[in-house]
Amino acid sequence: MTEPNVLGGLIGGALIGIAAVLLLALNGRIAGISGILGGVIASTTRSERLWRFAFILGLIGGASFYTLACGGLPLEIKASGATLLIAGFLVGVGTRLGSGCTSGHGVCGLARRSPRSLVATMIFILTAACIVFLTHHLF
Amino acid sequence: MVQLAAAFTTGFIFALGLTVSQMINPARVIGFLDVAGHWDPTLLLVMASALAVTVPLFPVILRQSKPFLAAKFSLPTQTRVDRRLILGAVIFGVGWGLAGFCPGPALAALASGSPGVILFVLAMLSGQWLLSRFETR
Repeated sequence: MTEPNVLGGLIGGALIGIAAVLLLALNGRIAGISGILGGVIASTTRSERLWRFAFILGLIGGASFYTLACGGLPLEIKASGATLLIAGFLVGVGTRLGSGCTSGHGVCGLARRSPRSLVATMIFILTAACIVFLTHHLF
Repeated sequence: MVQLAAAFTTGFIFALGLTVSQMINPARVIGFLDVAGHWDPTLLLVMASALAVTVPLFPVILRQSKPFLAAKFSLPTQTRVDRRLILGAVIFGVGWGLAGFCPGPALAALASGSPGVILFVLAMLSGQWLLSRFETR
């Protein structure tokens, strides 16, 4: 159970938006994390793999900086090992098949007024809410 | 080299956003998805705030002939809403709802060294890898 994080949410959201704007303005790339991760494995050229790797290192670096500055990460993982394994696999397959996740479709795709991203975002939020209802209230 | 520095810096800022907003925390994401429980609207605030930056600025950037550090913009080319997109979004939604992790927070949370996060990321990588095998055939 979590209480709303209003100020942190607004500041954090703006930082995510600024990161997406900077990556597009500087490198001409979409800040879609699943696509960036997928490209590390599937890209054919070294330069394509390298910038993606640098971005992911930055992600881990940013979270490490927060850990040092604030004395820890706000992480509460309630799922079991088996659930994490299945969930991770499904997230990998689904984001590859559907060409994106919360960041690529949700933050960047909507900003490009992409109908595909609008449809995908609505579907994955609705599906995830249904799964949470099933696992938290029915079973 | 300067493009790599830009990629690292944007990843860094992105992760600060995920941590400051606490979207890195699966419990908070589940709290948002759990509309029948003790609903936590934070994720909605985060998305709205991120979109308040990207929606007005993306069109301005894309009107330029090229990005500052690269030769051209690399944008998705597909425009059709097809079965692949819908099925993919459903499968991703199931995984997201089960654990409360999507790719960004999961990768950033590797900083914790938590075995659960490492397990999730390895499973996610194998899912992506498996599908990319299918695609190249």
